[in-house]
Amino acid sequence: MKYCKDLKIVGVEYPSDGYVLLKLTDKEQLPAINAGQFVEIKVEGSPSTFLRRPISIHFVDVENNQMWLLIQLVGEGTRKLAQLHEGDSLNVLFPLGNGFTKGTEGEKVLLVGGGVGIAPLLDYGRQLKECGACPTFLLGGRSSRNLLQLDEFKKYGEVFVTTEDGSMGDKGFVTNSSLLGESSQYVKNKDFRISCCGPKPMMMAVAKYAKQNEIPCEVSLENMMACGLGACLCCVEKTVKGNVCVCKEGPVFNINELTWQI
Amino acid sequence: MADIKVNIAGLQMQNPVMTASGTFGYGIEFADLVDLSKIGGIIMKGTTLQPREGNDYPRMAETASGMLNCVGLQNKGVDYFCSHIYPQVKDIKTNMIVNVSGNSPETYAECAARINELDAIPAIELNISCPNVKQGGMAFGVTCEGASQVVRAVREVYKKTLIVKLSPNVTSIADIARAVEDSGADAVSLINTLMGMSIDIERRKSRLSIGTGGLSGPAVKPVAVRCVWQVAKAVGIPVIGLGGIMTAEDAIEFIMAGASAIEIGTANFIDPAISVKVADGINQWLDRHGCSSLADIRGVI
Repeated sequence: MKYCKDLKIVGVEYPSDGYVLLKLTDKEQLPAINAGQFVEIKVEGSPSTFLRRPISIHFVDVENNQMWLLIQLVGEGTRKLAQLHEGDSLNVLFPLGNGFTKGTEGEKVLLVGGGVGIAPLLDYGRQLKECGACPTFLLGGRSSRNLLQLDEFKKYGEVFVTTEDGSMGDKGFVTNSSLLGESSQYVKNKDFRISCCGPKPMMMAVAKYAKQNEIPCEVSLENMMACGLGACLCCVEKTVKGNVCVCKEGPVFNINELTWQI
Repeated sequence: MADIKVNIAGLQMQNPVMTASGTFGYGIEFADLVDLSKIGGIIMKGTTLQPREGNDYPRMAETASGMLNCVGLQNKGVDYFCSHIYPQVKDIKTNMIVNVSGNSPETYAECAARINELDAIPAIELNISCPNVKQGGMAFGVTCEGASQVVRAVREVYKKTLIVKLSPNVTSIADIARAVEDSGADAVSLINTLMGMSIDIERRKSRLSIGTGGLSGPAVKPVAVRCVWQVAKAVGIPVIGLGGIMTAEDAIEFIMAGASAIEIGTANFIDPAISVKVADGINQWLDRHGCSSLADIRGVI
């Protein structure tokens, strides 16, 4: 079931320059949300922001009936969102899309995130741990300023980081991490798979590594969207089944469904 | 409460608000979010005789008060519609209308003939105005001869309400409307999108895969109102107005310009329940202004 309703903002945090973390709640219980699903937000008071903004769901705090959104401020719309205050309301269309593959007990999943693409991996880590799976995080950013919420991630699994400027963790991209190297303990481990969210070049590099090493891998795409409901057919991605809507059939796809040249 | 029922050439509607093709899927995508039975009519995604993959991504660019799209009529074809989609939509309690497109008078007619057999589809909207496909679409809608050819071919095989959707990308939309009326259309709907373009100056590339696209949203509303006003004066058949309607007040503008009914398109992306809100808002506006029906304000300009 999808909803379009005004949610109340109960927390506004600025975890780093250029980001805002919004914590939303509702009088009623929030619906069941699969990790990797997203919302579409109506941005008020920003004349240049005509369409809703798709934002991944960062975390669901079931106990406190909260949904968290970690937003990078990239344009006028997202900057307007950073000006919201506790007590304001936000019109949200949610939950949208399919979400990541549900975890199974005992399986090992490497969650690879880049930039603000790390956002949905926190809730995925939570959901994996809850069902007895074992998540490990590999998070990459330009610098330590882009690696947010690390203490939250650590609650659900081991966290490895890479930064392009070497200010934290291994220097380079996530694909330079020894976790994704030739001698990685994960290579050809039968119960192991990768879930990935980040910039497309990074996801393609991770997908290439996974394919070469026969590791199951899924990626979360962020094609430009309008409706978010699979109606307008604007956000399509080419797949083995033809053009499909990322907002409805995705945003999470197994790399074998895609036609990426990797 | 004012009477806002309308009758478009035999198509009975509880209110004058329909959802525009390509912006509301097959209705079912919105079922969680709006009571479909309260919408006057749902015009479903453009359907062609053969399946179409549509254009490559990117297909959409946000613009000032609107958006460009170049989806390119992606659909699984009329056979798939009849076998897979029709069973899912036939019991929705509103007018379920199919938007039909083609690349020749024959393919339009064959597709329309298939839809004619579906009992729960009371009307079609003929798309002779899509700016995003190389063949067909707008190619037929920009000349009186092309438009007449398609409408005549379809009229021969299609027995229910035939609406023809017109392009604003023409010198005289009133001339096209008259040609379509003379060829047997029961009603016209207008406007389809205005052909436009947007360029990413950093990448020195168009923001759309095929270069150009169709502009929709509030940015096009004044053009649409003008077109409706011109066409309503030129033809005797009902005119359905669309183009950038976001509110009941916008809808009233179209009705005053001469529209018998209206369609809501891009606004569905902003508020999935907007169609019912606009229908309610029209009713309230009429009440506030002491009007007993839409006839009191239709075509008063």
